[in-house]
Amino acid sequence: MISKPVTAQIQHETLYPADKLDLVQVENVVVQFDGFKALDIHYFGVDRNELRVVIGPNGAGKTTLCDVISGKTRVTSGRVVFDDVDITYRRDTDIAGLGVGRKFQTPTVFESLTVYENMELALPRRWKVWQNLFGTETKEQREHIHHLLERVHLIDVRNLPAKSLSHGQRQWLEISMLMVSKPKLLLVDEPAAGLTDKETALTAELLNELKGSHTIMVIEHDMEFVRQLGSRVTVLCEGKVLADGPLEKVQADAKVIEAYLGRGKERK
Amino acid sequence: MTEPTASPVTPVVDSRTPDSGLASLATAHRLATKSSLWVALGVFALVIPLSYGAGVIDITTLNQFGRYLCIALVALGLDLIWGYTGILSLCQMMFFTLGGYCMGMHLAMKGPLQGDGIPQALYVVSSQVSGMTLPWFWQPFDSTWFSLAAVVLIPGLFAYLYGWLAFRSRVRGVYFSIITQATTLAATQVFRLNDLQLCGTNGLTNFKTLFGFPLEEASTKVGLYLLSVLALTLGFLACRWLVNSRAGRVLVAIRDSESRLRFAGYQPVAYKTFAFAVAAVLGAVGGMLYTPQNGIITPFKMNPEESIYIVAMVALGGRGTLTGAILGSLIFSFSYSWLSTKFADWWLIILGSLFVFVILVMPDGLVGAWRRLGLWLTARSQPPTPEPTVKEATP
Repeated sequence: MISKPVTAQIQHETLYPADKLDLVQVENVVVQFDGFKALDIHYFGVDRNELRVVIGPNGAGKTTLCDVISGKTRVTSGRVVFDDVDITYRRDTDIAGLGVGRKFQTPTVFESLTVYENMELALPRRWKVWQNLFGTETKEQREHIHHLLERVHLIDVRNLPAKSLSHGQRQWLEISMLMVSKPKLLLVDEPAAGLTDKETALTAELLNELKGSHTIMVIEHDMEFVRQLGSRVTVLCEGKVLADGPLEKVQADAKVIEAYLGRGKERK
Repeated sequence: MTEPTASPVTPVVDSRTPDSGLASLATAHRLATKSSLWVALGVFALVIPLSYGAGVIDITTLNQFGRYLCIALVALGLDLIWGYTGILSLCQMMFFTLGGYCMGMHLAMKGPLQGDGIPQALYVVSSQVSGMTLPWFWQPFDSTWFSLAAVVLIPGLFAYLYGWLAFRSRVRGVYFSIITQATTLAATQVFRLNDLQLCGTNGLTNFKTLFGFPLEEASTKVGLYLLSVLALTLGFLACRWLVNSRAGRVLVAIRDSESRLRFAGYQPVAYKTFAFAVAAVLGAVGGMLYTPQNGIITPFKMNPEESIYIVAMVALGGRGTLTGAILGSLIFSFSYSWLSTKFADWWLIILGSLFVFVILVMPDGLVGAWRRLGLWLTARSQPPTPEPTVKEATP
């Protein structure tokens, strides 16, 4: 690595106060896979009702960060706090129960269930066997599902099995499932991957609607999409937080430019 | 499922041209599908008992049908855990046999007793001739209510505990199939032991009365047959209610993507354990009704191949459909008994080849093929319509 500009160094020291109000706090977290440090974060936090975008080149540890928060991957050392609860060693289901909702990088929906049934399963806080044996969703919930499906243009295919959906429709279905489950934190891993420009715009619109009233962490490659979100951006590179701030500022950061250029630009 | 013969089919000029012959076939298909359950219920609850009454079939045949219905209950259970939840269990007949043993012990207690109130079946295999007392675990089976409760609770709780331990340790896929198969094999070996005082390889037999009715009487046999019809009907309705509930959708979601479900906040272990226990209870009820109709229950009903037959039945009928499980098991049982009497040397090969043929041609079983036929008929008999909008919905 070329020697870092002094300004960036100072920035790094002052940017991350241990703000205890953050909904998610990732503190001194190291994740190692067979000696390879996938994640090495001094501090990363997402404030309540903030929309945070995490970008970075391939292999920067973006998805690993998501995995650590949602309990899919265990940390080697460090601490993860969600909503004032230490979730470092909690099980994935418990973390979901605490209010961390997640959309996966490759859209994962329940293939043999219909679009509507997928949404139904995503309804919040109905996880016990007996709760699901008896009782159905309320009128309000049904209307909410219909409203969301209309927004993402899935209302006409609501009774088709999810396996017949296109890639873009799956993305939207999974985002809608996340929205209907009303989590305290929405982890959205690459919501625009494989979408056309028009579809990307709608996805950005959906997330922008939630902005301000929901805590959202979006992982994305697509710079145009990130621009449409217009939010604070954290850049990860080789498992470390490289820069943080508004997109324009981050894009002008010499370290960020180097990280992207040094490994080949991913997307203009 | 009576399919009326088609009105003369006019030659198809264009595959896209609507065809009145096909249209009537499609209607017939729809009607047959809709009425199939009522027809099946009518046949088993009315036609078969009435034809026995009229002397068309004898009591042995009626009794045989009754036993097939009991086996169908096991298939129904396997369909829940395998067809819907995607977990291949190879020990369903173990639960059937456990249920059968609970019933068998009760029947033996009510049968001829020897010595100091020892059921004959137990007495004849015992090495202790003099001074033998009734083992403690036999005593409560004298009570009808205890026995009936045991039929449900022993296999049900065993399956619940077993499933919980296995699923909690994230034993899944082929590993679960293997350990269930090993379990049923081990259970056979254990039940064969004379020292267990469950009559060893002889099994439980020498039954005389059931709830005071002599088992020899034809009227008791008809009653047991009708009870089997009732049990299968109720089992089917309960399963249908279960798979149509949201819990049933969770089961399908487990089959599709279990890890995704965990991140949605569900505990797949609870659902899998529940489905496994329900499947076990269905099997046990089948065993309970089977034992008095069969007159004997032996440890060999727990042999691994017995449970594999159940898998074959569900695969034949169409897994993931409740009607498929029942249809498959009835067809399998009929052809099994017919082939094994007609072609004593060849029946296994014939049955196996038929099975392979059906699976190759109809991967989703008979019910799946039937459904596809319906879709095809409907598509062909309707004027060409634009493809359903499964395509990209552009904003």
